[in-house]
Amino acid sequence: MAELKLNDVAKSYGPINVLRDIDLDIAEGELIVFVGPSGCGKSTLLRMIAGLEKITGGTLTIDGVRMNDVPPSQRGIAMVFQSYALYPHMSVRDNMAFALKIAKKSRAEIDAAVTRAAKVLQLEDYLDRLPKALSGGQRQRVAIGRAIVRDPKVYLFDEPLSNLDAALRVATRIEIAQLKEAMPNSTMIYVTHDQVEAMTLASRIVVLANKGIAQVGTPLELYETPRNEFVAQFIGSPAMNLMAGEVIETGPETVVCLPEGAGTLATKIPTRPEDKGLQVKVGIRPEDMRPTEDATFAYQGEVEIVEALGEVTQLYFRRGTPEADPVIAKLPGIHTGLRGRSLKITADPAKIHLFANGVSLLHRDA
Amino acid sequence: MSPFLQGLITICLGVGGCVAYFWVSNLVLDRVIFPARGRDPGRNIARANMVRPWLFLFPALFSVTLYLVYPVVGSFIRSLYNRDGDVFLGFGNYRALWGDDGFRTALLNNFLWVLVVPAGATFFGLIVAQLTDRLKWGAIAKSIIFMPMAISFVGASLIWKFVYANNAQIGLLNAIRAFFGATSPIDPLQIPFWNNFFLMVILIWIQTGFAMVILSAALRGIPEETVEAAVLDGANPFQIFFRIMVPQIWPTIMVVWTTITILTLKIFDIVYASTGGNFGTQILPSYMMQYMFRDDGRATAIAIVIMIVVLPVMIYNIRQARKELD
Ligand SMILES: Nc1ncnc2c1ncn2[C@@H]1O[C@H](COP(=O)(O)OP(=O)(O)OP(=O)(O)O)[C@@H](O)[C@H]1O
Ligand SMILES: [Mg+2]
Repeated sequence: MAELKLNDVAKSYGPINVLRDIDLDIAEGELIVFVGPSGCGKSTLLRMIAGLEKITGGTLTIDGVRMNDVPPSQRGIAMVFQSYALYPHMSVRDNMAFALKIAKKSRAEIDAAVTRAAKVLQLEDYLDRLPKALSGGQRQRVAIGRAIVRDPKVYLFDEPLSNLDAALRVATRIEIAQLKEAMPNSTMIYVTHDQVEAMTLASRIVVLANKGIAQVGTPLELYETPRNEFVAQFIGSPAMNLMAGEVIETGPETVVCLPEGAGTLATKIPTRPEDKGLQVKVGIRPEDMRPTEDATFAYQGEVEIVEALGEVTQLYFRRGTPEADPVIAKLPGIHTGLRGRSLKITADPAKIHLFANGVSLLHRDA
Repeated sequence: MSPFLQGLITICLGVGGCVAYFWVSNLVLDRVIFPARGRDPGRNIARANMVRPWLFLFPALFSVTLYLVYPVVGSFIRSLYNRDGDVFLGFGNYRALWGDDGFRTALLNNFLWVLVVPAGATFFGLIVAQLTDRLKWGAIAKSIIFMPMAISFVGASLIWKFVYANNAQIGLLNAIRAFFGATSPIDPLQIPFWNNFFLMVILIWIQTGFAMVILSAALRGIPEETVEAAVLDGANPFQIFFRIMVPQIWPTIMVVWTTITILTLKIFDIVYASTGGNFGTQILPSYMMQYMFRDDGRATAIAIVIMIVVLPVMIYNIRQARKELD
């Protein structure tokens, strides 16, 4: 039930700058996911919004009120920690009731709020247990319950699922999605390492890298039109293939040649006449690759490794230079007997990305 | 022979003796008593393995028996006899104790000590541990507060005798009184009843450092996130400390508390060096010391009483420490 504005926000620990130039507008009811490589400052940014870290530059406003110096408990936020951070000496009920007790709410009010949250999270049978007598998933639900009970304007999650095993992670992820659906007006910010969590939960994803924001957009925007090489390779798994190329024909449809694999490829990306001869990186997602016999293709090479995963088969191509990442193609279905064979692969012209100096040609004027 | 050489030889003999004991005893067990051959080698190996733990336990059990069990039993038996050990009195010594006013004062004082000192030392230790945790000069403050731990009880008593001196030139307490206009100095150690507390201050002063060190480590072990969660929940620093942090280290607090309690029940030096047990400051151990040399046989009886008083605290202490281990 709140909108957040981050204006030029920066963070330094003494002389060490870890975040700068963070501009972000978050609308009411959004679920924003922060992703980025480890150590890029996701947690730091979240903790600055929470008020656990001092904001050393810029302003944070929630619903138009400057929050930089407002104490954490008065910002109307609740946070769910990766390690749950339950109070180990309190029962589930007391854990959830603590904030309300501190706020001197009436007994009846506290009971009602705790009961409601426990019902939503299916914790009714565990209310009198201590946290140590709960499973990881139950603990995380208590942590979420502790947030819900306070009825905050903004929910903050710092990798809430990363301590859970794979199956539980999926189940809890779905619960969080349902929770969000049940509270369409609450704003949520969610930090994760997990691509699937990011893609499925987010209304918009914020990719953090190099102390700043690399790109903000809906999951599909990031997937389909990454602004730069970093985002292109960060979103999607396996990462997008990047191969050196040169623009040989410009216009609404650009043609590039790829010296390494000896291929030539048409793309739907428009270029200007002066771009002729431009050195670019051609980006193709593994799942967009398909084998071909045509004269235009993206890469030709020997298949070095075949990973048959059942629903898809991943082919790793040998590259000219040994230190380069392998070119990967992900073909639907099962393909065997390709190992050691020389194969041509290509992709739909609409599925090809071009980057010059690390920035997408689609975004270079922005 | 130089003491250094002597020490070296002792160490070599000790360590070598231990190694030799384990090696030889295991060898004898495996080769001579239950050799792994003959008609049923498997059974012999199993038997040898049943005996083996006892080989390793034996030295410890032996010393515990020699230095702990024997003296306790011996003392108890002695406490049933007169001073020369030739007249059996039954529980006569204990009855005599109970009839003695001095003993009852000592017992009462001892209870006061047990109530006040552990509580005081633990409380101050906890406060200091928390307050110095985030400070830049916290480490220095802690070292200073810890320092009394290194002073002997007698030394500490002498220091505090100066503080309590019946003279505004020497005694800090009287100097402060003089500053506020008091004309005649007093002797704090002669004020009935309250002098006990002045003596307790000395032990609190010594033990606060101990409590502080242990509790400071425990406080550091509290997950930072639980504190942060409490901050977000709107708790103020006092609420965080007393409702989030203290409960989480409660087992450690209890261990510190009971450890100091046990120590308090054994303290005698402070009373002995400060007042010699006069002016109504006697406690059980100093009372025992007093009877040691003009004994009618009751000193051992007092020792047994002290042991019985300490025992429950001791058991609780060990239980608590164990609980903390799991
Ligand atoms: N007290 C500090 N002093 C100096 N640098 C710090 C401090 N705390 C964090 N940092 C730095 O800030 C950066 C961001 O840390 P942060 O924990 O936000 O990363 P993250 O994106 O959450 O990483 P992860 O995905 O591993 O959780 C890191 O490079 C870290 O080294
Ligand atoms: Mg983090």
